[in-house]
Amino acid sequence: MNELLAMAESVFGDAWDSTGEGFDADLWRTCEETGLARLTLPESAGGSGGSFADATAVLRSAGRFAARVPLVETDLMAGWLAHAAGLELPGGPLSAVGADGAAEVSVVDGRANGTLRRVPWGRAVSAVVVPVGDQVVLVTTGAAGIRVAEGTNVAEEPRDDLVLRDVPVRTAPLPDGALEEFRLRAALGRSLLLAGAGRCALGMAARYATERVQFGRPIAKLQAIQQMLALAASEVAAAEASASAAALEADRDGIVGASVAIAAAKARAGEAAGEIARIAHQVHGALGFTREHDLRLATTRLWAWRDEDDAEPVWNEQLGGVALAAGAAGIWPLLVGRD
Amino acid sequence: MTQSEMTPPPVGLPPGAAALRAEVRSFLAEEQAHGHWRPRVDSWLAGWDERFSKELGRRGWLGMTIPREYGGHGRGALDRYVVTEELLAAGAPVAAHWIADRQIAPSLLRFGTEEQRERYLPGIASGEIYFGIGMSEPESGSDLASVRSRAVRVDGGWELTGTKVWTSGAHHAHAFFALVRTAAAEEGNRHSGLSQLIVDLHSPGVAVRPIPLLTGAHHFNEVVFDRVFVPDSMVLGELGQGWHQVTSELAFERSGPERYLSTFPLFAAVVGALAEDHPDRGRRRDLGRLVAHYWTLRRMSVAVAGALDAGAAPETAAAVVKDLGTRFESEVIDVARVLLAVVPDPAAEAGLPRMMADAVRHSPGFTLRGGTNEILRGIVARGLGLR
Repeated sequence: MNELLAMAESVFGDAWDSTGEGFDADLWRTCEETGLARLTLPESAGGSGGSFADATAVLRSAGRFAARVPLVETDLMAGWLAHAAGLELPGGPLSAVGADGAAEVSVVDGRANGTLRRVPWGRAVSAVVVPVGDQVVLVTTGAAGIRVAEGTNVAEEPRDDLVLRDVPVRTAPLPDGALEEFRLRAALGRSLLLAGAGRCALGMAARYATERVQFGRPIAKLQAIQQMLALAASEVAAAEASASAAALEADRDGIVGASVAIAAAKARAGEAAGEIARIAHQVHGALGFTREHDLRLATTRLWAWRDEDDAEPVWNEQLGGVALAAGAAGIWPLLVGRD
Repeated sequence: MTQSEMTPPPVGLPPGAAALRAEVRSFLAEEQAHGHWRPRVDSWLAGWDERFSKELGRRGWLGMTIPREYGGHGRGALDRYVVTEELLAAGAPVAAHWIADRQIAPSLLRFGTEEQRERYLPGIASGEIYFGIGMSEPESGSDLASVRSRAVRVDGGWELTGTKVWTSGAHHAHAFFALVRTAAAEEGNRHSGLSQLIVDLHSPGVAVRPIPLLTGAHHFNEVVFDRVFVPDSMVLGELGQGWHQVTSELAFERSGPERYLSTFPLFAAVVGALAEDHPDRGRRRDLGRLVAHYWTLRRMSVAVAGALDAGAAPETAAAVVKDLGTRFESEVIDVARVLLAVVPDPAAEAGLPRMMADAVRHSPGFTLRGGTNEILRGIVARGLGLR
């Protein structure tokens, strides 16, 4: 586990490039060579057979170094969904969207028409795996009939629309419960990335505060700054703790068994994101508000990722419903789970 | 600071935890069915019930981490965590034994003499000996190193003069740990010359006077020493090491489940009331947000307990838990007000109106006790390398 963390930090740390844009093909190659690219997929599906605890180390690290590769999409989402449905996995980076993103697509006789919305890294992946009705559909992006309408999220990560016209696709029946598991996996992965981006923003702000001199001393010596950064640190800790604990529970209870944990982690990490970004920018002053400064690499990801794979209101509403069903006597057991 | 210092890794609870938890739950249900007590907020300050403490002792749920040779049960800190969180979540009256079980016993095990351990630990484990903590003074709050209580050397011990304040339960407790000055501070080290004395609160020269809370309830006390004799045998640990000893207790004190569960009984009652009310999605969201916070805080608190159990001293992580958790305890009240139009009623016998009244009036204490949150953020800032 520590070895894996050390490897991840070295791989993603070395790839840090504040001027880079779009898909980082070199980094992806390294991820494939080191087994990070398909970390949790079984070896039979070309994966490394890792646990969600392993994914914690890797994804927090990827988030911390703003890695421009679709790890969550390839491993936790598309790879899992295709494998679960019994579809053979193509090589290379993969992507996926949920039922919402695939709502305008129809598949008849193995040919797909319609538009896949906001496909993460759509322009860079070899295939996209999506649920359509009661089918899992694998779209090979090199196929004829696909037009990519490029878009991004606020972190400038590709979120592309794929317009499909009579595209030949592979399909398999959607396994029972796969939609819910897919949604939870995406949220778990995104929570871990959020925790990493939060750690990055905090580290930058703490470092900047010790370097920036005003009133004759580093602003880190001002109690106002110390109190703000301590609050940001608490939010980072909450994001890290909730995401890591959710991964641990997913290893123990399965993804669906850990649904409360994952909902709580995405909601809590998403809530932390805004506060961490706000404080990190306030400490950096105008400098952090410029294109030139690296802080944006962390804070734009915090803003982007909190809204992806469902934002806090969706997860909180789900948790509220579960709590009401548990009632006064069941709410504490619900929070404890199987501990 | 490394990540693990601020966020210890999540831990699983030991194998017997689930069975232990089930036993405690069934006991608590039985107690309530018999009407022995009603769930209350802030029960670790306000719920003094010696019968209940003795019953817990009888069942082996106090002094769990104390070795058997001292009347304890030789169990792990995480087993104790399970029992403690169940008691707090139920709003059970745990105040009588709280301080003794939480921090006095570990301190005695760490710093105490054989005589001190034999004298106090069996009674702590049986729920029959209660302790207080004497740290703050009228002129020493957050700046604890400025304490003025002085002990001067006399034949066979020390003669203690001074005043301690905000001492919960001193009017019932048998003894307390007093942080006092036994020597002048060395130049440039104001933490030197402080020592911890175990003071029998029934000693001649000790006066205990109530300091009523804003509710009028009597939990806090002023404890005045007028030339109180403390024998050498009741010095805790090393003379002059009081500061180090006190601060090492604090990690245990700061990250426990009591730092986020003080208003949990109110939250449970809110869940119950809302469930009858078929709330719209906005109210479900507000409720669910609290669930996400509770879920997270619990994992953070358990992770620190796991780190402590593994021998680490996660001072920063403990401060983070307390800062987040105690602010959250009050936030629960604010959200409850929005979710349900409950008029707080201090005269109500039980139920939501009473819990709201108790919770809101106890809330100022949440972010003060155990080190104010502002002081704790200073500790976090140090962990971040800012100071």
